[in-house]
Amino acid sequence: MSVRVQREDFDIGTEVKRLTAGRTDIGAVVTFTGTVRGDDGLASMALEHYPGMTEDELARVEAEATARWPLLASLIVHRVGTLAPGDNIVLVVTASLHRQAAFEAAEFLMDYLKTRAPFWKRELTTDGTERWVEPRESDDRAAVRWK
Amino acid sequence: MTVKLLYFAWVREKVGKAEEILDLPVDLTTVADLLAWLKGRGPEYAEAFGRPGVVRAAIDKRHVQPAASIAGAREIALFPPVTGG
Repeated sequence: MSVRVQREDFDIGTEVKRLTAGRTDIGAVVTFTGTVRGDDGLASMALEHYPGMTEDELARVEAEATARWPLLASLIVHRVGTLAPGDNIVLVVTASLHRQAAFEAAEFLMDYLKTRAPFWKRELTTDGTERWVEPRESDDRAAVRWK
Repeated sequence: MTVKLLYFAWVREKVGKAEEILDLPVDLTTVADLLAWLKGRGPEYAEAFGRPGVVRAAIDKRHVQPAASIAGAREIALFPPVTGG
């Protein structure tokens, strides 16, 4: 169970290998990767966060997932800094005995992370305008369904 | 009570600073009281905290509701709804 906030890109294969190295108890690994969409004339995106709280909050979200599902391993990696369309933003990996727990926990982690982890996105468009990304109501609804 | 305030995203931009240490009046007891008091500190604060119910808060790196007590807080962060993931 671990969380990381970093500027650098991540490699999904490397992360999964590291998480499952030497484990023969795991029967299912689910990965989710969020990437930057290049729609609405997006040129780049700057991600800022609240150092310290971000890591704490991600760890709390992960602990909650571990309490709800029989996870054997999990990982959350979230990038900060300037990202371009197509770049990776976030990685969630969950591992369990059978697939259902891993699938559900991965979805839960993403839904909770989106409404609780203190990250803020600022978009720069190709015509030079900058704007803070507004929260989406659908994200709030997605998180509420787990209550 | 002396407390460190942190501002993030557009709250930081509107206030014009990332953090400050303030001596709070003793009659402020909740996050909502603090937000209302900050709003009156000048035009840049009014700009940041004028719209009710928008700015969120964390006390000592934990999310809190507007009704939460600020007693004993060392660090209070104020920010827009989060947009990570």
